[in-house]
Amino acid sequence: MRRLSFGRALYELLSSMRFAISLLTLLAIASIIGTVLQQNQPYTSYAVEFGDFWFRPFEWLGLYDVYHAGWFIIMLGFLVGSTSLCIYRHLPGILRDIRSYREQAALKSLRAMAHQQEIALQQPLEGALTQAEQWLTAQGYRHKRVVRDEGVMLAAKKGSLQRLGYLFAHAAIVVICIGGLLDGNLPLKLQSLLGIKEVETRNTVPVSEIGEKSKLTPSNLSFRGVIDMPEGETRDVAWLNAGPGYYVQELPFAIKLNKFHVEHYSTGQPKLFASDIEVTSKASGKVTKGTVKVNHPLIVDGVAIYQSSFGDGGSPLKLAVWDWLGAAPRPQELAAVSLASQAFRWGGQPLTLEFGELRPFNIENLEAEPEISDFGRRMQDARQVKADKKVKNVGPSIQFKVRDAQGQAVEYLNYLSPFEDGGRFYLMSGMRRTVAAPFAFVRIPLDAEFSPQGFMQISAVLHDPAAWPEIARRTAAKAERDGAISPAYRKEFEQSLVWVLQRFADGGFTALQSFLDERVPKDKQEAVGQTYIKLLQGAVLDAADLSRQRANLAPVEFNDSYYRFLMDSLVAVSASFDYGHGFYLQPVGFEERKSSGFQVTRSPGQPLVYLGSLLLVLGIFCMFYIRENRIWVWAQEGRLLLAFSSNRRDAQTEQEFAAHSAALSSLASTHKEEHHD
Amino acid sequence: MTNPSYATTLSQAGNAPFWRGLKLSDHLYALFILAVAGVVFQRYHAAMDVYEHAILAGSALSLVALGWFWKPVRLFFPLAGLLALGAVALYGDDLGRGQTAFWLKYVLASQSAAMWMCVLFFLATAIYWVGLLRRSNTADAIASGLTWAAAGAAVVWFFVRWYEGYLIGPDVGHVPVSNLYEVFIMFCFITAMMYLYYEQRFATRRMGAFVLLIISAAVGFILWYTFDRQAHEIQPLIPALQSWWMKIHVPANFVGYGAFAIAAMLGVAQLLAARGILKSHLPSYDILGEVMYKAIAVGFLFFTIATILGAMWAADAWGGYWSWDPKETWALIVWLNYAAWLHVRLVKGWRGDILAWWSVVGLLVTTFAFLGVNMFLSGLHSYGTL
Ligand code: HEM
Repeated sequence: MRRLSFGRALYELLSSMRFAISLLTLLAIASIIGTVLQQNQPYTSYAVEFGDFWFRPFEWLGLYDVYHAGWFIIMLGFLVGSTSLCIYRHLPGILRDIRSYREQAALKSLRAMAHQQEIALQQPLEGALTQAEQWLTAQGYRHKRVVRDEGVMLAAKKGSLQRLGYLFAHAAIVVICIGGLLDGNLPLKLQSLLGIKEVETRNTVPVSEIGEKSKLTPSNLSFRGVIDMPEGETRDVAWLNAGPGYYVQELPFAIKLNKFHVEHYSTGQPKLFASDIEVTSKASGKVTKGTVKVNHPLIVDGVAIYQSSFGDGGSPLKLAVWDWLGAAPRPQELAAVSLASQAFRWGGQPLTLEFGELRPFNIENLEAEPEISDFGRRMQDARQVKADKKVKNVGPSIQFKVRDAQGQAVEYLNYLSPFEDGGRFYLMSGMRRTVAAPFAFVRIPLDAEFSPQGFMQISAVLHDPAAWPEIARRTAAKAERDGAISPAYRKEFEQSLVWVLQRFADGGFTALQSFLDERVPKDKQEAVGQTYIKLLQGAVLDAADLSRQRANLAPVEFNDSYYRFLMDSLVAVSASFDYGHGFYLQPVGFEERKSSGFQVTRSPGQPLVYLGSLLLVLGIFCMFYIRENRIWVWAQEGRLLLAFSSNRRDAQTEQEFAAHSAALSSLASTHKEEHHD
Repeated sequence: MTNPSYATTLSQAGNAPFWRGLKLSDHLYALFILAVAGVVFQRYHAAMDVYEHAILAGSALSLVALGWFWKPVRLFFPLAGLLALGAVALYGDDLGRGQTAFWLKYVLASQSAAMWMCVLFFLATAIYWVGLLRRSNTADAIASGLTWAAAGAAVVWFFVRWYEGYLIGPDVGHVPVSNLYEVFIMFCFITAMMYLYYEQRFATRRMGAFVLLIISAAVGFILWYTFDRQAHEIQPLIPALQSWWMKIHVPANFVGYGAFAIAAMLGVAQLLAARGILKSHLPSYDILGEVMYKAIAVGFLFFTIATILGAMWAADAWGGYWSWDPKETWALIVWLNYAAWLHVRLVKGWRGDILAWWSVVGLLVTTFAFLGVNMFLSGLHSYGTL
């Protein structure tokens, strides 16, 4: 065995197929990691997920951005290297092969081939050779005739492109990887390793305060960043996420967002997201106007601008501040802006209102979950392609947090439009104390004027200790008049009423319930509870009258609808005790200002990648669908040898050989008129 | 070896220019397809953009090439197309007729056609198995016919559903390759057609029992998806899917998936045969291996094209041709897997059970890339969540 030098052995290893296949396998496995673990999330969420102990080693391994980790890039580098070496190693042979007819093949080796046949030649040599040449040409072979000592050799070949296919396909891998590397963040990674660049990790600093080390100039070869901006504003930098922080990419132009459009289908699905933008080149001052839509980027100065997200851009809001407890006849007005914070005082306490997103539409599917229906109904459904989905736009909503001086926050979700249920209208307000919890909704009933005013007045009276005796007096008088109670019992009845009202004002139905649980024997709870409810139901009527009297309004005529309004009011007052704060912010108007999110990319490797892709497809096609065949016909007076080889050994090889052998046998045996089939 | 169909392909393929082998019927077929494309163009060109014009032209030429390459489709597509046209004529511009007109309600409305397709595939599977176990050529022939009919139903479904979308609303209509339900039917269709081709090419119908099993599994899924999830309802396209790339990326992918599925089922057949099970009923071990190779070769080519088209689409939609989105990454894994498979077979000359096992595992990987990613991983692909 020949001893290989180390260099030679390394070359053989790197260019071997075994190495390539191992590499492909490793790459596949590494890629899987990146799909299982969500990539490029904020580092804090990884820290929470893995705990302090694992967070660091995983970070060190680059698991949060596998595809840009050093070791992954090195593997890709090896793939490029190995494939290049492989091409380098095979190319000369392949080119030689493509050019050559292998006319020098020795008789002995032809005879040793799997597909060869000796045929008796009963024709003159020259005629047979000419006919054989015609046959080969007709079959699409190119051939060469050489006269050798022992006779004449026809060497023919077809499908040389098959071998070029190998070249195309493997060169393609190299080209694609190089293109990909050009567009990757390798240079940036190197610069940050060398300390030339540094990620910015502070989250809320203005661009002007970001250090030069975290800024990338417009001449940066390739980047992929994001920009978020409200309508009417202009931006000239993009943000590049990088590990625990970001870089700021200065753009060669400034983008102004004129308008963002959303359209919906009647079914509620989004139909169109589009931004009208104006791009002003910094160098030339040239202005390019255009609309960017999903799937339709705008390309300016080699930088492509994509529509990637949208949202609220900070919209002016008008709110009415209602006091659950107070007797204020009118709500205060409050002006605010979504996505912004503002100070707010309530009951002498300093609070902060942190407004979240304004959502101008809330499309909800009102379809109840399809109950298990009979087979016939399902068959009916399965035949129809049009579904009558009950979707409804429940109108705009605003989400906000109310934070107190201790930093505790309660979050609210308030809807602007009334919600209808069984002919009654309500304002919905959701509340929660932790982000993970679902919103608990309070329904604030609307009065005949479609305002929460009526309810708020009732709520104020129910919360006012001074009003309770008066309410109790009126209710008791009514009860006595109706004969529901005897005059002797009236005093006691009034006291019970005041007591129930007081209890209710302490904590709503929950307070009454806990009293029952603590003080009343189990077997009596039900009956006593019913009594409390009845008392309240009677009292709320008088509370409502009293509240209207205090507001100088005429009493409302009692009817079924009014009764339901009163019951709803009781429920809402009861819910207000868990509401977190003593006020309700009713959204009454807004002026929508949207924001749009863009991706901006410069990818000089893209043409290379596309070229590589083209080569790849061509190469694979040639490799699989072109057969490289060779035929040798060696002839002497009286004898003829046919040998055949193909790069594929399959059933078709046999068939082709049989056809050639039949054709040559027939032209060798009898002299025939030249013919075409 | 005596394999008549091979002899004919050789005499056609061997002689230099292939068009000499074309007959009058081939030219008539080409003329017919081009005429249909012309009419479509003339009627709808205003509604299409320039890419869609290119897709239309490309589709017409591909159909012609397919018909010349594989003769039976010269009859198949025009017949199925006529049925679809009949359905369109019956509909007029009233979607409601789908529930009232007899032929629509029971046969031609897209959902009726889909149900017929399901039933026919189930029947074909059963009868292929009868043919395999009894070595009955008659049963095989019937099963083959049923498979053709099922594929025809899928073509009718495709065009009629396309039309129905526009009847629901001019902004709702789109070519039905946009969600999991639609592509599953496409999967059944493509797998069946490829199988029918190999059946003819290798002159044996004994592989049908295995290949149709995987189609039946897909049909089972379609039925569950329809009855349990109402996934068959036509939904309008969300902005991310409003791209002509979708119209070529998705079908190209499914040629790949279909081919890999066939290869895996032949792998199962090979593995059984190697253990003496059904050995005398199945085609020879080598034929199975060769069809498996052919299928993977086609699948690999189309899967490569599909992945590239996907990258080009991503470059338009997501701002980069490659984002290492889980779906993209899994496509790469599938691709690497079959590249390795082809290397060891073609370069190393491997044969036998190991390749059969590998192609079965390959289908599992492919299935994960196709379904599992949508179910278990999150990413940018808004397409086809269960
Ligand atoms: C992602 C990477 C690669 C892909 C997709 C790929 C694909 C292919 C395919 C499909 C064939 C067809 C074989 C045939 O028709 O005979 C082939 C052949 C071959 N590949 Fe690769 N290949 C890759 C990387 C490599 C590497 C890195 C090497 C270097 C060691 C290599 C070495 C070979 C060789 C030697 C052949 C046989 C060429 C011939 O003589 O026809 N491949 N490749």
